[in-house]
Amino acid sequence: MKIRANLIPYLVVVCAITAISFSTSYSKKALAELEIVITEGVNNAKPIAVVPFKWTGSTVLPEDITQVITNNLLRSGKFNPISLSNMPQFPTNDTEINYGAWADIGIDTVITGSIEPLEGNQYRVQFQLIDVLRAQMTGGANSVLVEGQLVATKDHVLEDRAKNIRGEDFRQYAHIISDIVYERLTGERGAFLTRIAYVVVRDRETNRLPYQLVIADYDGANETRLLSSPEPLMSPSWSPDGNTLAYVSFENNRPQIFIQNIYTTERTLITSFEGINSSPVFSPDGKKLAMVLSKDGNPEIYVMDLASRQLERITRNRAIDTEPAWAPDGKTITFTSERGGKAQIYRVDLNTKRARRLTFEGDRNLGAEITPDNNNLVVVNQTQGNYHIARQQLSTGNMLVLTRTYLDESPSIAPNGSMIIYSTLHEGKQVLSLVSLDGRFKALLPATDGEVKSPSWSPFLL
Amino acid sequence: MLNNNKLRTLLVAIPALALMACASGPTEEELAAERAKQEADRIAAEQAAQEAAQAEAVAQAEAAEAEALRMAREMMQQEKAELEAQQTVYFDFDRSTIKSEFEAILRKHAAFLVKNGDQSIRVEGHTDSRGTPEYNIALGERRGQAVETFLLNEGVSSSQITVVSFGEEKPAVSGTSEYAFAQNRRGVVVYE
Repeated sequence: MKIRANLIPYLVVVCAITAISFSTSYSKKALAELEIVITEGVNNAKPIAVVPFKWTGSTVLPEDITQVITNNLLRSGKFNPISLSNMPQFPTNDTEINYGAWADIGIDTVITGSIEPLEGNQYRVQFQLIDVLRAQMTGGANSVLVEGQLVATKDHVLEDRAKNIRGEDFRQYAHIISDIVYERLTGERGAFLTRIAYVVVRDRETNRLPYQLVIADYDGANETRLLSSPEPLMSPSWSPDGNTLAYVSFENNRPQIFIQNIYTTERTLITSFEGINSSPVFSPDGKKLAMVLSKDGNPEIYVMDLASRQLERITRNRAIDTEPAWAPDGKTITFTSERGGKAQIYRVDLNTKRARRLTFEGDRNLGAEITPDNNNLVVVNQTQGNYHIARQQLSTGNMLVLTRTYLDESPSIAPNGSMIIYSTLHEGKQVLSLVSLDGRFKALLPATDGEVKSPSWSPFLL
Repeated sequence: MLNNNKLRTLLVAIPALALMACASGPTEEELAAERAKQEADRIAAEQAAQEAAQAEAVAQAEAAEAEALRMAREMMQQEKAELEAQQTVYFDFDRSTIKSEFEAILRKHAAFLVKNGDQSIRVEGHTDSRGTPEYNIALGERRGQAVETFLLNEGVSSSQITVVSFGEEKPAVSGTSEYAFAQNRRGVVVYE
C-alpha cells in the first residue's frame, strides 16, 4: 500500500491567538455567517424583562449588552423576553422599579443595569436580577430575624453585581450575565459562554479549498476558520478543556486523525492507519481518544492513550462498529453497530468489553451521544426513511422523537444538557439547527454561504 | 672532331645521368610500405563503413523496438482510457453488493490489471447523504472492499489495490433527489 506523506500541501491555517479569544472584535469578516432564527417554542417560555442598561457616557458602546442577554435568554428556549414597547418603564435598579406596573403585565422577573465610562478602555457594568412577585409581597423592604434582631433585607434582588470590563469584553460579559441569570432562575448552569465547531463545505467547482473547519461562539458570533482544505474534513470534537479539537482530514487523499490546539493552531497527526480512521472523541478526562479504525479488516472501536499512543481494541465483531461516545464517567462507550442486522446503539463496558443493545425503536438508530447527567441517550432515529433526532431515557428505554425534518444528523449536546445542536436540511441546503431536550424549542442557524454540518458543542469554557 | 663532339655530349650527359641517378624512384621497400598503408586505409574505411552500417541497423532495430513499445504503451493507455471512462459502479441504498450489471466492467478492469502488474488503482467508496457521516464512512469502505474483493477474485494482486472511503463527503451530484442519491452511491476505480 502506498502512503503519501504530503506535508499538508494546500492546507491554510488561518487563525491567531487573538482571533480566537473571547475578546475578538465582531467586525471581523464572518465566514458562513450563522444567525439563530427561532422557529418554535417561544410561547412555552417564561416572560422576562431585560430593561436596556443605562449608559451614562457619550460615546457609542462597543456592543449592545442588553441585546446579547435578550437573545441568549430567548435562545435558551426557557425565557421569552418582552419587547421594549411593552415595558411600562425603564428602571436602572430596584429602587426605581414600580413593581405593580410589571406585575400588571405578567412580568415577575426584571433585569436592570447600567454602564459607566471609566478611564481608558474601561467600563463599569452593574446589573440586578429582580423578583417582582417577592418585592410585591414584601413591599421591597423585607425584614428577617438575625440573631433576635429584625434586619431589613432585599431578598427580592436575586443578583446584584458590578464589574469593570474592557471594551472588547462586552460580549463575553453579556454571556456571563446571561449565565448568572439563567442559573439563578432555572437551577441549571448556563451554557452561553461556549463555542461550537463545525464544517463548512463550499461549492467544490468554484473553490480551491472548499472544506473548512470553523469555530464560533455558541450563537454564531466570532466565526474563525481554523483550517481550509481541498479534501474533506470531518467529525470535529472538543477536548474537555476546550483548547483542542480532534478531527478527520483527507488532505493526503486518505483519512487521518489530527488534534489541533485552537489557540496556537499547533497540530499533531494521531493516526494514519490503512483503511478508516474516523470518529475521534476525547474521553471526559481528556487523556484518551476513542476512535474507529478498520486496520484489522472492518470498522472497530479503539481507545488510544494519548500520552503513550497505545491503542486498545474495544470491539471485535464482523459487522460495522462506529460512532463511539463516552459516558460522563468515562467507564462505558456507546456506539453504533450492525451486529444485530441494522444499525442500532450499543453500550460497551470498557473493563469487561461486554456490549449491550440500548435501542429498539424505529428501523435504525445511529450517532448516539449521552447527556451530561447520564440519564438520556440522544440518537439519530431512522423511521420510514426519515432521520430524526430522538432522545431515549436510559432508565426506562422510552424514546421521544424531537425533530420532524427529513435528514437530521450529527447531534451534539450543550454542556449543561439543555439543548442539542445538529445538522439538518433547510431549503435543500445543510444547515445547523437547535432543539431543546424536551423538543419544544427549535431554532435554525441558516448560513449565508455553503453547506454547514458536523456541529460539535464545546465544554464550559469558564 | 666527332670525338670532340662525342666527348662534349658525354660531358653534358654524364652529369645529367648523374643527376638522373640522384633523382631515382622509390625503393621496393618504400613501395611495399606505401601499398600496405593504402591497404590499411582501405580496410579502415571499409571497417568504418561496416560499423556505420551496423550502428544504423542497431539504431533501426532500437527504433523499431521503441516504436513497438510506444505502440504497446499507447494501446495500454488507450485501453486504460477506455477503462477510466467506465470507472464507476453503482450500489443500492445501504447495500454494498456488486450488481450483476457491473460485473462485466469490473472484469475488464481486472483483466487489464492482471496484464499490467505494475499498474495500481485506488478504489473509492462513496455513499448518498442519508445516514450519519461516520456511518457512511464505514458503508463507503464496505463498497470499496466489495469492488476490491471482486477484482481479487479475478486474479488481481492485492498489492495493486488501495481502498479509500469518502463516505458522503464527495457527492458526484449535489442535492437530495433520488437521482442524486443513486448517482452518489458508488465505487470508483481510479488508476494511479
